[in-house]
Amino acid sequence: MNEGITNHSAVCAETPEALSRRRFLEKLSLGLAGFCATIVGLPLIGFVIAPLFRKVPDQWVTLGKVGDFQVGKTVTVTVIDSSPLPWAGITAKNTVWLRRESDTTFIAFSANCTHLGCPVRWMEGAELFMCPCHGGVYYKDGNVAAGPPPRPLVRYNVRIEDGEVKMNSVVVPITTTL
Amino acid sequence: VKRLFKAAWLWLDDRIGISVLLKPAKHIAPQDAKWWYVFGTATMISFIVQVVSGVALAFSYIPSSSQAYETLLFITNDAPFGNFLRGLHYYGASAMILMIGAHMAQTFLFGAYKFPREMTWSTGILLLAFTLGMGFTGQLLRWDQTAAWSVVVAAEQAGRVPLIGDWLAHFILGGNTIGGATLSRFFAIHVFVLPGIMFVFIGLHVWLVMRHGISEPPTAGKPVNPETYRKEYQELLDKSGRPFWPDLAWRDMIFCTGLILAIVLLAFFIGPPALDKPPDPSVLEADPRPDWYLLWYFALLALIPAQIEGYLMILMPVLIGIGLLIIPVLNNKGERAASRRPWAIAVVLLSVITIGSLWVVGQQSPWSPNFAAPPLTAKVIRATSGPVFEGGQLFHDKACLSCHLIQGYGGRRGPDLTYVGDKLTRDNIVIRIVNGGGNMPAFGSSLKPQELDALVAFLESRKRPIRPRDQSPTPRN
Repeated sequence: MNEGITNHSAVCAETPEALSRRRFLEKLSLGLAGFCATIVGLPLIGFVIAPLFRKVPDQWVTLGKVGDFQVGKTVTVTVIDSSPLPWAGITAKNTVWLRRESDTTFIAFSANCTHLGCPVRWMEGAELFMCPCHGGVYYKDGNVAAGPPPRPLVRYNVRIEDGEVKMNSVVVPITTTL
Repeated sequence: VKRLFKAAWLWLDDRIGISVLLKPAKHIAPQDAKWWYVFGTATMISFIVQVVSGVALAFSYIPSSSQAYETLLFITNDAPFGNFLRGLHYYGASAMILMIGAHMAQTFLFGAYKFPREMTWSTGILLLAFTLGMGFTGQLLRWDQTAAWSVVVAAEQAGRVPLIGDWLAHFILGGNTIGGATLSRFFAIHVFVLPGIMFVFIGLHVWLVMRHGISEPPTAGKPVNPETYRKEYQELLDKSGRPFWPDLAWRDMIFCTGLILAIVLLAFFIGPPALDKPPDPSVLEADPRPDWYLLWYFALLALIPAQIEGYLMILMPVLIGIGLLIIPVLNNKGERAASRRPWAIAVVLLSVITIGSLWVVGQQSPWSPNFAAPPLTAKVIRATSGPVFEGGQLFHDKACLSCHLIQGYGGRRGPDLTYVGDKLTRDNIVIRIVNGGGNMPAFGSSLKPQELDALVAFLESRKRPIRPRDQSPTPRN
């Protein structure tokens, strides 16, 4: 068997023609491997990152009738993702903090702390939003009162239409400080 | 019959090459590689426990945002051995992280990362990173309230990466919010992507251990010289080497048996972490905390100054990772013995103390408000009516108690105010409440004058009780 290998090696002598042919075959094989990887890989990558490019319709969601909210009060309102995937279940739900400032002014705050996204809670007596994770505190207008949050609570667009308070799509606000 | 079995075995062995496959286990290793050398095998055994228990869990787990929690309830409460299996997977993960830490510390202290084992160390560091990644993604698959909010925290952290942060954050969330696409991608990463990469790197790591041999225990005064090391190592093996299997491996087997026993007993008697509430993002009464192996990092994020946090959050892990990867490039020769490398001992001790301290602080989380603090009783307030009593009640209602302690009740975010009346004058108390300062919000706009008066009266009353001895007249000279 070893003899056979030796004989075979002798046949594959490294003549210039053989070397040139071998180099061509090498490049051909590697090129084909690259081609195969590309035609399989590109759709695969596209599939994995597709959610990034999924267009969420910019819909206005009704939070309630204007009369449902008292002036000076801050309450939670649950909203449903405007186009959830069918298997999202309860994860399609979201909550915003809605504050009625005056008869015609509403503020909808994101419930995510701008530090690291934890859910802030409204402390009615203190008129403060507090974060359970790293101790971020915000005033009733969303401005930072204490702790590590780098910026005020994010506000969503709100409008009053046909006696109803509406806001546009809920997103998790991502803080990009760098 | 025996002859028949032997013939069958010989046929199979000839065709498949089982003996050849197992031959590396009998590689010659230094005979002094004893109990300090068991942690690598223990890490691999923990990984095998994870693979086996993970595959079993996957028989019932549905990686769907709407159903995962229900299947976890089923696994925990109804499936035979389900609770045990979850425990096995949890304590297996804990064991793997502990063992990889011990293996890394031993390798570092023994200088085993030096020539020619630089890449063995580097592949090990990558395996550490993958293991932590497995730990984090695994916690998220426990698809409860904590897991769902932890995804948001992860996305926010990724958001701080320069230039591609926003993109990364949305990739983690699987869109603009937590939803149907969130859990399945973590499932794919935890069950296919990371384990696949880990199989490759474990193979590479073990191959490198075989290629360069198990390092001999260091001897003070015998530095590594890349020009002569390989020859000296071969001479050592020729002189006193022993086949790893079974001459040295029995210690690994004993240690790993103890480890498996510990994992099994913990899984059986203590069980897995309890499931939190369902992953409903509209429920804001949540207090997300990472599992114990990342709790130190959670604490770090609360303690680093806000001004540099954005940089540290991303740069620090990157720098630590790069630092660990290039250690053998910067220092691949010279003394290996820890007694001749006091800085190596200092680095390990400092790392253990830092991570340990942060872990302890993370457990206590004094920076988090105490939302569950009950109202102060009349006994603690030391009044049953009047401004002091009303102030004591307001101290709770205005959430002061969430951050301050009064006689052991309340939060620990701010100073203990049990005896604040001894330290601050009335004016100082008023100024502090109205204007805030330091890390305290200003309450000037949210307090009515009478509320402020009552609060100040309460705080002024917080003085140390006067003991009889203090009342005795001062002796005259």
